[in-house]
Amino acid sequence: MELFTNQVLAGIATGAIYACMALAVVMIYQAIDHLNFAQGEMAMFSTFISWQLMQWGVPYWGAFIIALALSFVGGIAIERILFKPLAKAPVLTNVAGFIALYAIINSSAGLIWDFTIKQYPTPFGSSPFLGSQLISTHQAGMIGVTVLLLIGLYFFFQYTRIGLAMRAAASVPESARLVGINTSWMIALGWGMATAIGAIAGMLIAPVVFLEPNMMGGVLIYGFAAAVLGGLTSPFGAVVGGFLVGIFENLAGTYIPGVGNELKLPIALALIISVLVVKPAGLFGRHIVKRV
Amino acid sequence: MSAAEEVVAEGNEAVEAVPKRAMTLGTGTSLVVLLLLIAVPLFAKNFVIFQLTQLLYLGLAVLALNILTGGSGQFSLGQSAFYGIGAYVTAVMMEQFNIPYFLCLPVAAVVCFGAGFLFGQPALRLSGVYLALATFALATAMPQLLKLNFLEHWTGGVQGLVVTKPDAPFGLPMGQDMWLYYFTLVVVLAIYIFSVNLLRSRSGRAFMAIRDNEIAASAMGVNVALYKTLAFGVSAGITGVAGGLSAIAVQFVAPDSFTITLAIQLFLGMVVGGVGWLPGSIVGAAFIIFVPNIAEGISKGLSGAVFGVLLFLVIYLVPHGARQVAILGQQLVGKLRKN
Repeated sequence: MELFTNQVLAGIATGAIYACMALAVVMIYQAIDHLNFAQGEMAMFSTFISWQLMQWGVPYWGAFIIALALSFVGGIAIERILFKPLAKAPVLTNVAGFIALYAIINSSAGLIWDFTIKQYPTPFGSSPFLGSQLISTHQAGMIGVTVLLLIGLYFFFQYTRIGLAMRAAASVPESARLVGINTSWMIALGWGMATAIGAIAGMLIAPVVFLEPNMMGGVLIYGFAAAVLGGLTSPFGAVVGGFLVGIFENLAGTYIPGVGNELKLPIALALIISVLVVKPAGLFGRHIVKRV
Repeated sequence: MSAAEEVVAEGNEAVEAVPKRAMTLGTGTSLVVLLLLIAVPLFAKNFVIFQLTQLLYLGLAVLALNILTGGSGQFSLGQSAFYGIGAYVTAVMMEQFNIPYFLCLPVAAVVCFGAGFLFGQPALRLSGVYLALATFALATAMPQLLKLNFLEHWTGGVQGLVVTKPDAPFGLPMGQDMWLYYFTLVVVLAIYIFSVNLLRSRSGRAFMAIRDNEIAASAMGVNVALYKTLAFGVSAGITGVAGGLSAIAVQFVAPDSFTITLAIQLFLGMVVGGVGWLPGSIVGAAFIIFVPNIAEGISKGLSGAVFGVLLFLVIYLVPHGARQVAILGQQLVGKLRKN
């Protein structure tokens, strides 16, 4: 039983990261109807920026905040410069754009910081949390930061004018434009926020998976799995999906024989395929009906 | 309409439509290219011949993706997985069961066709985004699947497998590299002709109808799910042959040769060569072979960034890739003649 509780808690901790990645993916998907395949690489780059700042002597939380701000600005810049001109292009062109971005970020991180694996510090320490053997302080910190983030986002989208405008721009762009919302900038803002959320995920998971240019590969796939499970059209679903996928991953690794770290990625693949077969819209997603 | 449903107007098309005739070269040009492909190796060094072989089988892999995307309007970011399966099937059969190489390739094609057809079943009922997502996950997971413990007896696990290069048969007076080049050329030509005919056939027209308007196609009686899966299977099968040829040419297969990077390269090759223009596949393949060589010469790890930047340039400046450049060239020549 203790093993079970332990694995569920560890699953919630990694699930928090998947929830953040899924949320970032869903935010961009809501805004422009495309999946950001470079989301993981963007998060990895942000994490490297914070690491570099710490190497230069900036304290952890200072580096954390600066990296977040830079990611926000960077996300907006990427949308304005690279993807806004592609808004009316065929889907293929957009996919090509995301793939290009993936390759550029991955390769330039390798060029700047090389491909060796680096330690990344945690501000929470890794001693047992509250004297309990079940969960470490870093895992508790991961959950805590994510919950704070989610509460903040909830209030932002529910109770601020700009949050409302962003929701309007994402769901009915034409009507939103008619009431005077600058939908184009709302999309850019969505990109900025998604990039910053991804950056948080990257900086929280880096002490666990270690810092290197390919660190987010597995995390992104699980983020996708979470987004598909929760429904690509539902930010709330993405978060729930993230936690569920995290727990599922840990329990599968513990209780199904032969499933270890070597099968981490095939499990995510199997999960994505099964959700697409059984419930394509996800747990909380809307069914999209096309008008001819 | 229930509250959980949402009606959206028909959004952006998936892929720009390419007319059927614009997909191939004229007879004259084809013959010139064919003559060049036959003659050049006679005057080249072994390493150059190896690179030309590489050009042919990567071109074949790009062609396979081109049939899928240019023909039926679907994306795959997971071609590296089928390429890997094809390479492994060929390598395992050749090395563990001593089956001659030319018999391995059809088996690789059939296995990959099956794998693609089955994998396509769930993903293809959905829109392009989901397919891109599922294939992206497949490409990411493939190296781990190839490393599986219980397959290690055949696949050699992380170590991979060494493949023996075949000799020229019937005592033909040519080296292994040259024989392999001509063998690859014959296979690639056969598949190219098959693809051209496929796209001109009833199935090809069904692919294109789906690409241009899925709803209209199904209204006309095209079995959308069947033809989509079929396109995916055919594409996977051809990719498998390309993978098998690569295993023979490189003489080595290992799980980490078939990562998402390979899938990205093939995708890039298709975009550069021009989506839907079959001869462009060779141009795209040349691009993905020679650009990294140049980029890595400048700095290690640079090739990804160069690929990315070039890909952006292509989609902004020449969205139809090499086809557009070829047409521009033709027009320019036409103008010069008039003057």
